[in-house]
Amino acid sequence: MSAVPAIRIEAVCKSFGSLKALAGVSLEIGQGEFFGLLGPNGAGKTTLISALAGLARADSGLIEVMGHDVVADYRNARLQLGVVPQELVFDPFFSVRELLRIQSGYFGISANDDWIDEILASLDLLGKADANMRSLSGGMKRRVLVAQALVHRPPVIVLDEPTAGVDVELRQGLWQFIRKLNQDGHTILLTTHYLEEAEALCGRIAMLKAGRIVALDTTQALLEQFAAHDLRVRVARPEVARALGGTVQAGGWVSFGFDTYADVEPLLARVRAADSGIEEIQLGEPDLERVFLEVMRRD
Amino acid sequence: MTKRVVRPVTSSWVGFRTLLYKEVLRFWKVAFQTVMAPVLTALLFLLIFSHVLDRHVTVYGDIGYTTFLVPGLVMMSLLQNAFANSSSSLIQSKITGNIIFVLLPPISYRQFYTAYVTASIIRGLCVGAGVLLVSLPFVEVPLAHPEWALAFAVLGGGMLGSMGVIAGIWAEKFDQLAAFQNFLIMPLTMLSGVFYSIHSLPQVWQDVSHANPFFFMIDGFRYGFFGQSDVSPWLSLAVVTAGFVMLAALTLAMLARGYKLRN
Ligand SMILES: Nc1ncnc2c1ncn2[C@@H]1O[C@H](COP(=O)(O)OP(=O)(O)OP(=O)(O)O)[C@@H](O)[C@H]1O
Ligand SMILES: [Mg+2]
Repeated sequence: MSAVPAIRIEAVCKSFGSLKALAGVSLEIGQGEFFGLLGPNGAGKTTLISALAGLARADSGLIEVMGHDVVADYRNARLQLGVVPQELVFDPFFSVRELLRIQSGYFGISANDDWIDEILASLDLLGKADANMRSLSGGMKRRVLVAQALVHRPPVIVLDEPTAGVDVELRQGLWQFIRKLNQDGHTILLTTHYLEEAEALCGRIAMLKAGRIVALDTTQALLEQFAAHDLRVRVARPEVARALGGTVQAGGWVSFGFDTYADVEPLLARVRAADSGIEEIQLGEPDLERVFLEVMRRD
Repeated sequence: MTKRVVRPVTSSWVGFRTLLYKEVLRFWKVAFQTVMAPVLTALLFLLIFSHVLDRHVTVYGDIGYTTFLVPGLVMMSLLQNAFANSSSSLIQSKITGNIIFVLLPPISYRQFYTAYVTASIIRGLCVGAGVLLVSLPFVEVPLAHPEWALAFAVLGGGMLGSMGVIAGIWAEKFDQLAAFQNFLIMPLTMLSGVFYSIHSLPQVWQDVSHANPFFFMIDGFRYGFFGQSDVSPWLSLAVVTAGFVMLAALTLAMLARGYKLRN
């Protein structure tokens, strides 16, 4: 991995009045990473991204993008950074293409039509290029936000919940596109509340809670670290299975957590021995949602 | 190991130019409201006041009231629209949230200031020129020193454009902006001698007028037309330039700190 991290965040604090939105966050993201920033509502994800993008100033601490301080050397830091904001904002005065040209200009690029066409095509927006922003659906506006973040080909791309309000098909398309950007060398920082997405896409994940990082590791390690394995059995007599330590779910299903696959056989043997009447068995993979809930409960 | 992203060539000048272009386009696309409407308002003022007063009042000896009124109306419209341009653009962007598209790019706060204020001056000049043009069929107006008129037009537009930036950043709601406009801009304009020569006022009010920077803008501007004014145009130029520099410094200091824009 290259020497300069794509994003370096060190001991960043930010308060709103008495509320500590960021209580000393430190984080380093290497070039080329696909990084997930997870956390419940109000955890401070957007606040951290705002500080990173220069939309807000941290009270203390240091933030660098590709080695450029976001305050002292904001020009270079911002040139390297593309941000897709969480809020669905747009300028109602302009068409999609006008907006992308203007955004290119803001970043100091005067002739950018080839690249704009490429982005529009990738985001399936060519048909709407000359439509006024007002006339677009929510999902289309969201894609224009992605396009706007890419006009200057930033090596580091930050997406704050890019798939909120986007339908399944478009979401798939969007992920494919972002994955491609990552393969082309762009560093991706993503926040999302869809944990399956984060699990499938992100190589590393940080979990934020009340302005603090409470977990930071590779996705694989996080999944392994927590007892997130799940054995589910559908039984005739759920109350018997529950007595063995399972959690009863709808439809006669009872779920048991386990740490390693070596535990599965003895567990199953006990359920059978208790004569609960096993009808169906499912072995759940460790999943990020359980890890997330576990981490949030623990701290 | 990781591929490098190929970066396009960028120029900071293009960033500034684009922001200025966008700000001009923003009012030009709706010129009917932003240019034509204030021109019509000024024309109505002109017709009504001239009809009522022209035969009764003369100024600077032999200048008819309607003739005297025109530069005042031109400047008043110019100032109000310069203020409206930057203030309404900023508050709309803040309220809709699309201000972030200007805050994310590497545009410096000086470029930001210059773009917004220049667009305000351009809007002011468009409206001012419009008012002057539509009044020409009704009244003959001399233009003794156009360079003086232009200097005050630009400086006045710059001052009000700066005030618009301050108000647009400070205000969080439209009614706060309206308060700024109604309780500060309007009284200062109305009491600046748009409709009268301050020599027609009692001494006390003449003195009060001299504390109003808007008086010097309008008086200096009028000098450009008649070659006569209530005070020396050099004094007006000094006051207006000083006022502009102070306002610019204040606005730049606000922007440099990111006051209310980056917090
Ligand atoms: N401008 C602001 N003024 C006051 N409080 C704020 C401001 N912005 C954020 N906060 C507070 O800071 C905390 C963190 O907010 P933030 O938007 O960063 O959360 P988030 O992790 O992005 O949440 P979500 O998942 O809902 O987007 C919240 O308690 C929020 O209310
Ligand atoms: Mg958020």
